[in-house]
Amino acid sequence: MKSISFGKWLSTGLIAAATALGMSAGAAADGMKVGFVYLTNPGDHGWTYAHEMGRQAVEARFGDKVETTYVENVAEGPDAARVIRELAKQGNDMIFTTSFGYMDPTLKVSKEFPNVKFDHITGYKRSPNMATGNIRFYEGRYVQGVVAGLMTKSNKIGYLGAFPIPEVIQGINAFAQGLRSVNKDAEISIVWVNSWYDPVKESDAAKVLIAEGADILAQHTDSPAMLQTAEKAGVLGFGQSSDMHEFAPNAQLFASVNNWGPYYISQIEKAMDGSWSTGEGPNHWAGNTWKGIGDDYLVLTEFKNMPADVAAAAQAARDGIADGSLVIFKGPMKDNKGNVILKDGEALDDGGLWAMNYYVDGVLGNIPN
Amino acid sequence: MYEELLLTILLTSVPLILAATGELVAEKSGVLNLGVEGMMLMGAVAAFGGAILSGSVIIGILAGAFGGMMTAAIFGVFALGLATNQVATGLALTIFGTGLSGLIGAPLVGKAIDGLPSLHVPILADLPLIDPVFQLDFLAYFSVLIVAMVAYVLKYTRTGLILRATGTNHDSAHALGYSVLQVRWLAVLFGGMMAGLAGAYLPLVLTPHWAEGMTAGRGWIALALVVFASWQPWRVVIGAILFGGITIMQLAGQARGWTIQPQFLSMLPYLATIVVLVSISRGGGVAHKAPAHLGRLFFPSR
Repeated sequence: MKSISFGKWLSTGLIAAATALGMSAGAAADGMKVGFVYLTNPGDHGWTYAHEMGRQAVEARFGDKVETTYVENVAEGPDAARVIRELAKQGNDMIFTTSFGYMDPTLKVSKEFPNVKFDHITGYKRSPNMATGNIRFYEGRYVQGVVAGLMTKSNKIGYLGAFPIPEVIQGINAFAQGLRSVNKDAEISIVWVNSWYDPVKESDAAKVLIAEGADILAQHTDSPAMLQTAEKAGVLGFGQSSDMHEFAPNAQLFASVNNWGPYYISQIEKAMDGSWSTGEGPNHWAGNTWKGIGDDYLVLTEFKNMPADVAAAAQAARDGIADGSLVIFKGPMKDNKGNVILKDGEALDDGGLWAMNYYVDGVLGNIPN
Repeated sequence: MYEELLLTILLTSVPLILAATGELVAEKSGVLNLGVEGMMLMGAVAAFGGAILSGSVIIGILAGAFGGMMTAAIFGVFALGLATNQVATGLALTIFGTGLSGLIGAPLVGKAIDGLPSLHVPILADLPLIDPVFQLDFLAYFSVLIVAMVAYVLKYTRTGLILRATGTNHDSAHALGYSVLQVRWLAVLFGGMMAGLAGAYLPLVLTPHWAEGMTAGRGWIALALVVFASWQPWRVVIGAILFGGITIMQLAGQARGWTIQPQFLSMLPYLATIVVLVSISRGGGVAHKAPAHLGRLFFPSR
């Protein structure tokens, strides 16, 4: 394992890159080299931390056969292309770019290095050597909604969003579907923090939602600040991306954990045996791989701080999603303005999931444009 | 509901007041230190580390102040000792502080502490409407106290006069026999200490954990506040509460379903700073408000 921080990357520049190329070409002659590009650093204890766990799972699985490298704190946008290109130049056979904003840079670099396999996380654009992978995060949100609906006393749920992008809207709507499946009176207030990661602002938003009467909090932002605030205020909430119960032993009901290990391992295995592919169509929201609870790509932590019957209902919802008997978005389904989205007997396909530009019944307000 | 919102506004303003007051003193002495963000992060990691190792939040606060001061000392060595460009050195300090705090803080990730307890001022904390003002922690009261002290020292004392003289015209101050570099060193260290305290406030009070880059730009807002306050200490408090108020009200507005765009409200504090800049530069020029030798290099040999 070799880790290079972005600052060091900048300062040492090409000389270091050349040296690394020289050294590692001999060291890993028979092994496969895999690079990872991280948005923040594993210390965020959220999104990037989950990817780091995945990378460590790769190391544990393949040992000497795979050499991994990661670059952390890589800003989304044009700068990312430079980092991805460097990783390709250093002889990595496969590069995972682990944030939505790396989509266009990855696509650009993939065309420059046709022999390197690129794997972009959570995007939709592809090329002959660029695949896409994603997790059905929203499945965990449905279970959160079920628990929230059974646990709330005020019937007010607070929900922190980062940005109103399709993935986040999906999550909100799945949460609302779960919520309304058990509690017709509960409503969700959304607060947009306009950042994936700003602990103080996340905490402020949580305080505001609690002040407005919310007694259950959910988040689609990355830090444990919301749960800490919930713990202090004596309300309940859900962990994001990784298990956060250490921060909020009495407040975390459960966390949906992004488990990238199986995806990374399967992609690397496919690359080794030659079956790696990027699918048919060029652009495809759902990605080549879009799996969830049923394949352990999304793992729910132990149900805590709730009565046994609520935990049983959560478990039933989880199992229903896993075996396919529970369909999250199925008719009759209305948006929060009363328009019919799905008639009885209809269900949303993957394309419909990515085209959500409405809140379903149970969510207050409008999507910011 | 109103009280909880007011309390949140006051809490979110405290680190801004601390950091901006420190920077104000440094700028009054003629030093523009753009490394506030880096110093805050170093203060935050030192404070959290100190609190974890010692088990005492008070030790954590002291460690935070010390961490910020030591980071400022690095700035001093370059910008004062070696007379490097202050803007470039300050920017470098922010990048350095961000990286180093992440490195030092790596073992602290995932740990949590009990934060600084809030004080409950007898009688006053039970008053209607203004009771949140008396339910803060002692660091919050300290921040107001120190603003009062800085305002007093700057305006009414000889020390303040010397400090201002150094920032207004370092050649004159030098000719009068004052050690410009010594004054600036002290001002920079004070600024670092205050930024360190501001940083300490985050992991010890607001969000009791350490996370890399947890200040998320508050150091830059503190810098903007100094300009917004046109280098007058009490206006820093007003600006910080105004900024905190806008931040919290836009969050509350969303929770209540107001239709105003959150992005617009997030922009307001910066817009206000620009408006202040424009208005003070029209009304007699920034030169009257800003220390005249702000950011200028001083060579004692001349």
